[in-house]
Amino acid sequence: MTESTLFMKHDAILDLIRGMAEVLRNRLRDRALGDPAMIGIHTGGAWIAEYMNTMLNLGQPSGLLDISFYRDDFTQIGVNPQVRPSKIDFDVDGRNIVLIDDVLHTGRTIRAAMNEIFDFGRPASITLVTLIERSGRELPIQPDVIGLSPPLGLNDRIKLNGPDPLSLEIFHGPRTGR
Amino acid sequence: MSTQRSQNLQLNEHGRLRHFLTIDGLSRELLLQILDTAESFATLPGRPVKKVPLLRGRIITNLFFENSTRTRTTFELAAKLLSADVINFNISTSATTKGETLLDTLRNIEAMHSDMFVVRHAQSGAAHFIAEHASPRVSVINAGDGRHAHPTQAMLDMFTIRKHKGDFTPLRVAIVGDVLHSRVARSQILALNTLGVSEVRIVGPRTLLPTEARSLGVHVYHDLAEGIRDVDVVIMLRLQNERMDGALLPNEHEYFRLYGLTDERLENAKPDAIVMHPGPINRGIEMDSAVADGPRSVILQQVSYGIAVRMAVMSMAMQSQADLGTEA
Repeated sequence: MTESTLFMKHDAILDLIRGMAEVLRNRLRDRALGDPAMIGIHTGGAWIAEYMNTMLNLGQPSGLLDISFYRDDFTQIGVNPQVRPSKIDFDVDGRNIVLIDDVLHTGRTIRAAMNEIFDFGRPASITLVTLIERSGRELPIQPDVIGLSPPLGLNDRIKLNGPDPLSLEIFHGPRTGR
Repeated sequence: MSTQRSQNLQLNEHGRLRHFLTIDGLSRELLLQILDTAESFATLPGRPVKKVPLLRGRIITNLFFENSTRTRTTFELAAKLLSADVINFNISTSATTKGETLLDTLRNIEAMHSDMFVVRHAQSGAAHFIAEHASPRVSVINAGDGRHAHPTQAMLDMFTIRKHKGDFTPLRVAIVGDVLHSRVARSQILALNTLGVSEVRIVGPRTLLPTEARSLGVHVYHDLAEGIRDVDVVIMLRLQNERMDGALLPNEHEYFRLYGLTDERLENAKPDAIVMHPGPINRGIEMDSAVADGPRSVILQQVSYGIAVRMAVMSMAMQSQADLGTEA
């Protein structure tokens, strides 16, 4: 049995997202990245993207990416039967994209997401936003805006539940199954 | 070939699809998993880059011992949209005994490091035979074997039906025409019953319906108007001239007079009934052009959906090789 502890509740997470939205707004302004468009990674990143989209009044729905078809570990785990179609209703070409995920760990999800985004078009830039940044990077990928970097053990896993209410849960011990 | 045997052959020890040879012995859950997976592939044609890198570096061999344009092309396209490399072999059966030819061919193509065979053969059971003898790292997809099965066609038909009708359980479906020679009909009947439709009917002259029809779980009709009364889906079959070895029909004109689908006859079906056909259509024999090109016809959608369904089956079968990988 994997033990789990509740790490953070809805209101605290929303405060975190509000803070991230502010940092993002400043960053986009400082770097003159106009007319940004958000893309959230299924599932946690998509929830955060929805919240931030409303906070920043971007006025167009955020895009959704399910990176299952782009994963580099297909040969190990196969295709996920619950793949949701990716949905990006705006033109990615020349756009300043804000890519949002819940947890940045190995960096492989972000690599896959960037590969998929480029199949929709050639963005002018991609800014990476993650709620949680943790150690264990396997690729040279770093976030531009983060919510929190909690100290986690090698075998700990952190998971965002949601979308309403949001909660962050930490699982302790080796992962069992998929 | 027993159900038990084909079931074991098609699934790996984790219950996942290893080969796709027949609908027989597959669970409702697995069929729904194929449809769900196809659903996400079906969104790809709307994107600037229609390919996904899922099967990059894999080699898929189309092994066609029987002529086909549409099926081979959609399998080839499906493989390419998954970023696999595709080899096409069109092999006409020669005088050599079939067992030897098949095994020889199999060994040769295995030596070319193919990961998947898509097999069409005029002999029933050919895909099973190849699956039984193929190396553990090869998956076999049946693209039609004799009068036996054409499971990917049946699944693309199920996908089309679900797109238009949603839930399978309340549906009445009529399959009209040459059921006797049709591997498509056999697979459709199995799939429809596995997915739990309310009623499957087969409609046609006595000479073109199988004698074991009732054991298939279908109702038999010899009158077209009666057979399609109040159905939600009408599936027309192609007259399989190439598979007929006896004088089973008076002539094509007579067939159209009795069993050809016209707008007038279609009035017997539900007002929102859809009309399907696996293609190629013999216009003026199985159906009027007005029906084939009419508002209730979903025949061209079947072709498009066929690509997504074949992508789903191919990627799922390749997953069984992923299971092998983790055990190594």
